[in-house]
Amino acid sequence: MSAAPPPVAFPPDEALTPERAGELARELGLEDDELARIAATLGRTPSVSELGMYSVMWSEHCSYKSSRIHLRGLPTEGPQVLAGPGENAGVVDVGDGLAVTFKVESHNHPSAVEPVQGAATGVGGILRDILTMGARPIAVMDALRVGDPGGWTRPDGTVAPPVARQRHLLDGVVRGVGMYGNCVGVPNVGGETVLDDAYAENPLVNAYALGVLRHEELQRARAERPGDLAVLLGSATGRDGIGGASVLASATFEAGGEDKRPNVQIGDPFAEKLLIECCLELYARGLVAGIQDMGAAGIACATSELASAASMGMEVDLDRVHLRDATMASWEILCSESQERMLALVRPDRLEELLAVAARWQVPASVIGEVVEGATLRLRRRGDVVVAAPARSLADEGPLLDRPRARSAARDAVAAVDADAVDLAAEAAARAGGDVALLVARLLAAPALAAKDWVHAQYDDTVRGGTVLPPGAAGAGVVRLPGSRRAVAMSLVGNGRWCEVDPREGTRRVVAAAHRDVACTGARPLAATNCLNLGDPTRPDQMWELVEVVGGLGDACAALGTPVTGGNVSLYNATSGRPIPPTPVVGVVGVLADAADAVGRVLRASADPVAPDVLLLLGAPTAPGLAGSELRRLLDLPVGGVLAPVDADLERRLAGVLADAAAAGRLTSAGSVGRGGLAAALVRAAVAGGTGARVALPDVAGVPRDDARWAAQALFSEAPGRVLAGVPAADVDAVLAACAAADVPALRLGEVGGDAVVLGDVATLDLATTVDDHRGALARALGEDA
Amino acid sequence: MAARVGVVTFPGSLDDHDAAAAVVAVGGEAVALWHEDDDLRGVDAVVLPGGFSYGDYLRCGAVAHLAPVMRAVARHAADGGTVLGICNGFQVLCEARLLPGALLRNERLRFVSRPVGLVVGRTDTPATAGYAEGARIVLPVKHGEGRYVADDATLDRLEAEDRIVLRYAPGENPNGSLRDVAGVCSEGRNVVGLMPHPEHAVDPVLAGGTDGRPLLAGVAGTLGTPAAAGTLSRSR
Repeated sequence: MSAAPPPVAFPPDEALTPERAGELARELGLEDDELARIAATLGRTPSVSELGMYSVMWSEHCSYKSSRIHLRGLPTEGPQVLAGPGENAGVVDVGDGLAVTFKVESHNHPSAVEPVQGAATGVGGILRDILTMGARPIAVMDALRVGDPGGWTRPDGTVAPPVARQRHLLDGVVRGVGMYGNCVGVPNVGGETVLDDAYAENPLVNAYALGVLRHEELQRARAERPGDLAVLLGSATGRDGIGGASVLASATFEAGGEDKRPNVQIGDPFAEKLLIECCLELYARGLVAGIQDMGAAGIACATSELASAASMGMEVDLDRVHLRDATMASWEILCSESQERMLALVRPDRLEELLAVAARWQVPASVIGEVVEGATLRLRRRGDVVVAAPARSLADEGPLLDRPRARSAARDAVAAVDADAVDLAAEAAARAGGDVALLVARLLAAPALAAKDWVHAQYDDTVRGGTVLPPGAAGAGVVRLPGSRRAVAMSLVGNGRWCEVDPREGTRRVVAAAHRDVACTGARPLAATNCLNLGDPTRPDQMWELVEVVGGLGDACAALGTPVTGGNVSLYNATSGRPIPPTPVVGVVGVLADAADAVGRVLRASADPVAPDVLLLLGAPTAPGLAGSELRRLLDLPVGGVLAPVDADLERRLAGVLADAAAAGRLTSAGSVGRGGLAAALVRAAVAGGTGARVALPDVAGVPRDDARWAAQALFSEAPGRVLAGVPAADVDAVLAACAAADVPALRLGEVGGDAVVLGDVATLDLATTVDDHRGALARALGEDA
Repeated sequence: MAARVGVVTFPGSLDDHDAAAAVVAVGGEAVALWHEDDDLRGVDAVVLPGGFSYGDYLRCGAVAHLAPVMRAVARHAADGGTVLGICNGFQVLCEARLLPGALLRNERLRFVSRPVGLVVGRTDTPATAGYAEGARIVLPVKHGEGRYVADDATLDRLEAEDRIVLRYAPGENPNGSLRDVAGVCSEGRNVVGLMPHPEHAVDPVLAGGTDGRPLLAGVAGTLGTPAAAGTLSRSR
């Protein structure tokens, strides 16, 4: 810790007595020992503005105080990683001198309060993280989780009652994502929409963005050169979103959340579009010496992080910040989370040029400060110093907690559930008049498993001319890189039900699924990002879940060779003491040398009726896998059981076979077998291709075909490591030989074609009905015809 | 002969980059035009691209049609020059009264983004010259305010004069446009506005197909050249 700075004479509205500082600190959510540390660091009682800054910078949202010591164990290195955790977003080499930067971040709590603006500003915020790295954003995705909106036909034929609150949330977050992404002009290429009552009280909105840059264009969020000027670019600073990071993101959520509405930021995608083009032009002209976006904790965060990263100081004059409301207090200016702002550093002799570029893009710009030697962040208002604090103490020396954790005893009962004992015939007898095919059709047409056309159709997926595989066409979005033949594939996958059963193995399985979704496009997986949505870290059982999830993430990413280049942790996702299931959302990025080789999940209707495409099941032999499954959830069976483990080595070999087959043009479709099992994978692929298919069902390890439990497993097992691949008849032998050479099991299941989806002897689904059921499922559930 | 095609960027234009790339893809030359320009740098044709000009927080196109460049566009149109407005560009042309009618919020009050089937009308406009009359093509749409409306007299006149150059195919109307109007032309047939995005349907590697190539080639004056060649990839 540096020597105590000299005493500061604060103006009357900033000076605090130790008693008043204690009261204010508690109101702002600081613990007593945290206040003591602040006072010790400063060598005096903090000012009002200083307390405000520390409260946001040391909040869970900004400091990761509960998770940081655990995140240190994640694998973060590899030859492909150009920038890893600690930057605004990870950066990965994709060849030809190009790199991509990508990240996913939560906006859960703002979206629960105000779904449209919460989701919209989630998209805006993640785009600025990408922009800060020097990249042009070229894709967004989103992982959305709300409760069941009702209105659909349940497995027993009754209609689930409509739930107004969940419809409002779903409608709002989709509108918000669409409103922002469509207007800012970045294509939405995928993600997931999960409808599950586990999220009814605490919806999850995780926004993802990916950008592209040349290696030499990488920008740094560092204030390295004394005398450089700090220019605030973008929207005027207002009272919106003040303290959002501490108030919303770092506390549990109770009924009456509307009272927090003024803490939610308001998004202006038009301003963001101009800010993006302005910053990209500034980068191209070499005018930016360092840059930081302003989202959570606003000016407080941007100034302290820029200075701390280079062990420098900064002098800032708050009177020069362009404001929406001149009556704002200093701490409000510092902590405002007004959107669409960046803080750029520029050499003084190039300021005029920078201001001219900003003017051309109609982006307001104010010079608010200067980089100085020393490590002190000094902020003035009306001539008086209101903050004089070591930048590092704010940005990098926040509290680090090793919170107590303990596995809940209730987990024994969860593990004891015999999840794999589902008898499809008995379920059909109880719910569908004994008609197994009818039961299967209803299960597959449930909005939880059906196509999400209602969502995708509200997002622009083609703008900026790079989209090779749009949402729904594959488990991962594929976008060609500008000026290159190369393409990147990006997945975004979560599964709270697997993780509820077993947070560690469930997380491993999520990582493997995200990896497999990328591999299915023919891309070679490179790296991973994540957003860990978890409960209340002050509760030992929920803290235990966090540590298990981080452990599983690290294991799987290391074993799969996809280092973690960044991520986000969202805690306190609990309402009235009830947490969400642990929900890590993982995004894997991969690269294709030629965009033309990209493969979707879409079955190719037979060009040649004599020799239709053959369907192969590649990868792990089917193991029992109904623990945490969609089948059990749709049948309202108790959560629990044991997850079949991921074989990471097999996943890697499988990915290699898929990439080679795609590059050789021997793959017409490939889709991961995951949520909803083989039955859902086949129906998704058939519906997307508008063609039927006929498969024999696979053997299930340890469950003979005459066992009453076999059919449920063969159709709906979610055991990992499997891909349903479509291969031209002429290429089948070559693909099987490649599988054999790579020690990847492969099974010939059936072929594409016909006007039905034939699932062995268990169910035959009429194609036209199935297409209509799937594409229209969500729209009809919401009372809007497809 | 290949035309020089100006593509206007307004603040908030989003598909300007795509329109320019599509012009180049069919063998034309793309020239960037800026909303504050008051001349068109000698271009032969102008594309007003898609996007949310000035944020479109007012009525779509209501601010953009007042931009300096639009005075030059109006002169160009009056002189018989080719003008193509795509999506937001169509909205701007309607606001500027270079085309009749208006585009209102979609009937279902939701943004709609998906491929739609279309039927090409008369082929004596730059945008339709590359197709056979009555051809079925598929182009992506993506808009929140694409419902074409005009009074009955105007619609009757448009039909009588064969100025509805693109219609949504039966069952494909995504927004509630009257008489399935997807695109119209001016009385002189040199100004064309349409809601679908031909510039997102020129590259066989990308998701949008290639049905937009003849449309862009017509505007770029490259019809019949090898660069413009492209097959109609899909129909429905």
